[in-house]
Amino acid sequence: MKYRMVFAMGIAIAAIALPLAALASLGGDLSSVRDDQAKIQGTLRMTSKNSYHIHEIQAPSGTIVREYVSLSGSVFGVAWQGRTHPDLRQVLGQFYDPYVQAVQAQRAQSHGRGPLLIQQPGLVVQMGGHMGSLAGRAYLPQSMPPGVRAEEIR
Amino acid sequence: MKVIPARIFLPFGLIAALIMTFGCGGSSTSQPSQPGTPSGSNVQEITVNTGPAFNYVDGAFTSVTVCSPGSATNCQTIGGILVDTGSPGLRILSSALTVSLPQQTDSGGSPIVECGEFGSGFTWGPVETADVKIAGEQASSLPIQVIGSPNFSTIPPNCSQGQQSLNDLTNLGANGLLGVGQSIQDLQTYYACPSLGCTVTNEGLAQQVQNPVASFATDNNGVIIELPSVSGAEASVSGSLIFGIGTQSNNGLGSATVFGTGPFGDFNTTYQSTQYPSFLDSGSNGIFFLDSTTTGLTVCADTNLLYCPTFPQTISVLNNAETGTNGASGTASFTVGNADTLESNPNNTAINGLAGPQPGSFDFGLPFFFGRNVYVAIDGKSTPGGTGPYTAY
Repeated sequence: MKYRMVFAMGIAIAAIALPLAALASLGGDLSSVRDDQAKIQGTLRMTSKNSYHIHEIQAPSGTIVREYVSLSGSVFGVAWQGRTHPDLRQVLGQFYDPYVQAVQAQRAQSHGRGPLLIQQPGLVVQMGGHMGSLAGRAYLPQSMPPGVRAEEIR
Repeated sequence: MKVIPARIFLPFGLIAALIMTFGCGGSSTSQPSQPGTPSGSNVQEITVNTGPAFNYVDGAFTSVTVCSPGSATNCQTIGGILVDTGSPGLRILSSALTVSLPQQTDSGGSPIVECGEFGSGFTWGPVETADVKIAGEQASSLPIQVIGSPNFSTIPPNCSQGQQSLNDLTNLGANGLLGVGQSIQDLQTYYACPSLGCTVTNEGLAQQVQNPVASFATDNNGVIIELPSVSGAEASVSGSLIFGIGTQSNNGLGSATVFGTGPFGDFNTTYQSTQYPSFLDSGSNGIFFLDSTTTGLTVCADTNLLYCPTFPQTISVLNNAETGTNGASGTASFTVGNADTLESNPNNTAINGLAGPQPGSFDFGLPFFFGRNVYVAIDGKSTPGGTGPYTAY
């Protein structure tokens, strides 16, 4: 809703139905993850910007996941918002384990509580919100297409 | 005994951070807090203190009484319950609960267990039923969550997802959460847990863990949080959780501005011409917003989770009702202090100026409540300020 609308303001939307489109995991590519959409059982649409495409899937729970895919087909960012977090293992893909390790490190440092702000050279994960309205995003700084700002991933 | 507070946070509808302040008393443009202490059957005292784990700052705690449904004697009053406008429903740590309550089951007799997702952590535990009494109000046969029950110690991977467990006293920092947000039901993920394994189940709205206020016989359309202004850091402050909006002589809207919200209390905040999603959350123990790049506020040298400007800064924003609601807007400002400086005295628990990053959104935590009377109107409930959901201050 809110996130979606803010997003919509900044981007020329061309919503296209993609009957068999896939949702990729962070760091993966489109062709490798054809089963993801089936797994989440959501509706999906695509919007395009100059240097990337956004594949947006809405799960039956209402949670919206957006995958940011470069023109060469690699997923350099994901963002989500909804009542609950999505399946993070699915969405973060090969970066799920590094994410879990980073969460544990942050918790050890701060008594185990806090806003989640993982900032590593190769991986950024940010999660916030409150019960019933959660949001998060993860991106790979080194894989961002030139000129793309982190704020665009939301 | 008091733990020397390292920094602690809990954003969720729930953030704790341990800090001290000297800052410039923070809230500004809106109404000052009203003098005098309200009283009545709809008034419950709340106190900002360390909480039962002795590790909290900027958390407002109170007590609740839970009884086995229909019983006047099988009851327990539990203190150290964090008041949370960022979530709906009462949750109590299993370790703090001594009274026996009936377990909710599905039609096949399997116990129902809930996964509750907060901003940075999760609660896992069974749904039980209680009569809940606060001040002179009562919610009868209310589904509540019992957190961290040893009877359900295996947490489904899809619930934890690598996130922080809030299932014990140290990590929760409270004996429980009193969720008095805009939504009635919590719309979380529920599991049926027969003796072998748990599977996700469709939980009806009436069976879900839900805001006790909506179930009161009277004063059931929302709450007001009243806390005094805090100048810098103080050891402790007390205020009131008042039930009902415009239902008694002590809970009128006065001059407060009503901001229509989404069902869970979300609205929008404009900062330097850009609009961001936002919410008011007494369970967050700081004001968490945007990032250093956007605000120019440096984070602390020893943690990127808090802001540490050299001098206290005043941040001005324009709050806007959620799109499609009442169109209200109004300016507000708050102070961001240097968390390292604010943290110097571990005896202080009421701190103005505590803030940190939350990229892309605003979480107006408890410091925003100091010196403001904050109203939370429940979804679908009628009030003199219109039908909920809304927030007002």
